[in-house]
Amino acid sequence: MPKIKIDKNRCKGCYLCIVNCPNSLIKIDDELNAKGVKPVVFSGGKCTGCAMCAIICPEFIIEVYK
Amino acid sequence: MKKKNRKKINRSASKRAGKKVEEKLVFSRPQSLRDVDMHYCAGCGHSIVHRLVCEVIDEFKIRDRVIGIAPVGCAVIAYDYWDFDVSEAAHGRTPAVATAIKRVRPDNIVFTYQGDGDLAAIGTAEIIHAANRGENITVIFVNNGVYGMTGGQMAPTTLAGQKTSTSIAGRSLRNDGYPLKMLEMLAVLPGVRYLERVSVHSAQEIFRAKRAISKALGVVKSY
Repeated sequence: MPKIKIDKNRCKGCYLCIVNCPNSLIKIDDELNAKGVKPVVFSGGKCTGCAMCAIICPEFIIEVYK
Repeated sequence: MKKKNRKKINRSASKRAGKKVEEKLVFSRPQSLRDVDMHYCAGCGHSIVHRLVCEVIDEFKIRDRVIGIAPVGCAVIAYDYWDFDVSEAAHGRTPAVATAIKRVRPDNIVFTYQGDGDLAAIGTAEIIHAANRGENITVIFVNNGVYGMTGGQMAPTTLAGQKTSTSIAGRSLRNDGYPLKMLEMLAVLPGVRYLERVSVHSAQEIFRAKRAISKALGVVKSY
């Protein structure tokens, strides 16, 4: 099952991955991270491992497993 | 054809039997990019271009041959992020430094990384003369249309009507003139080999930008 891992504390909150996920599987977390922004989290749905979120992420904090 | 079909059946059978499929890392940070936090604003395309440069360098294994030249501007501390040889240059004089390095070390791949304040404002003379001499260097020009580092002031490449902190009602063509079209200016020079304008706003465009960078660095034939 493909999945992604997000390093929460390095997220700056640009939310480009949310816009670019074709299946809308990434959500905004309710709690703040170490940088003081609400980071993105993987909702755990049916990920296809297309890596669109990782390609667009400007902080390279998303790792894609397939 | 028969063989292919048999393979497919075998794989699905192992899945059904509940065999654990090993997870494989398909996307992560390239090796020549240091594992540090970047100082860029949230959502800035600079770091994506940094990553594309590193990916091309890793894929074609030219890390020990490449020399980058960092500009003055937002990307001024690019040498903190890139894990290969990088030099710093005075504001706008990056093509001049690249010319010198390429002439002294002709076997190395020399590229400059410049923003629009560096290349299109203070360094216009340097880039035009380096292009006109036909220097064997690559220039990666990151144009966002404003001076991001100093607070979003109007740049020569700001589009007509674009709002910045020094053109609150939008850039007026009457007062400030037309935006500078660097690519069209350089395209008429006979010394220029390859020019391409790309964007990094979507995943598809990022693929296109990566192809353009690999062509520009000379690792893929551009003709």
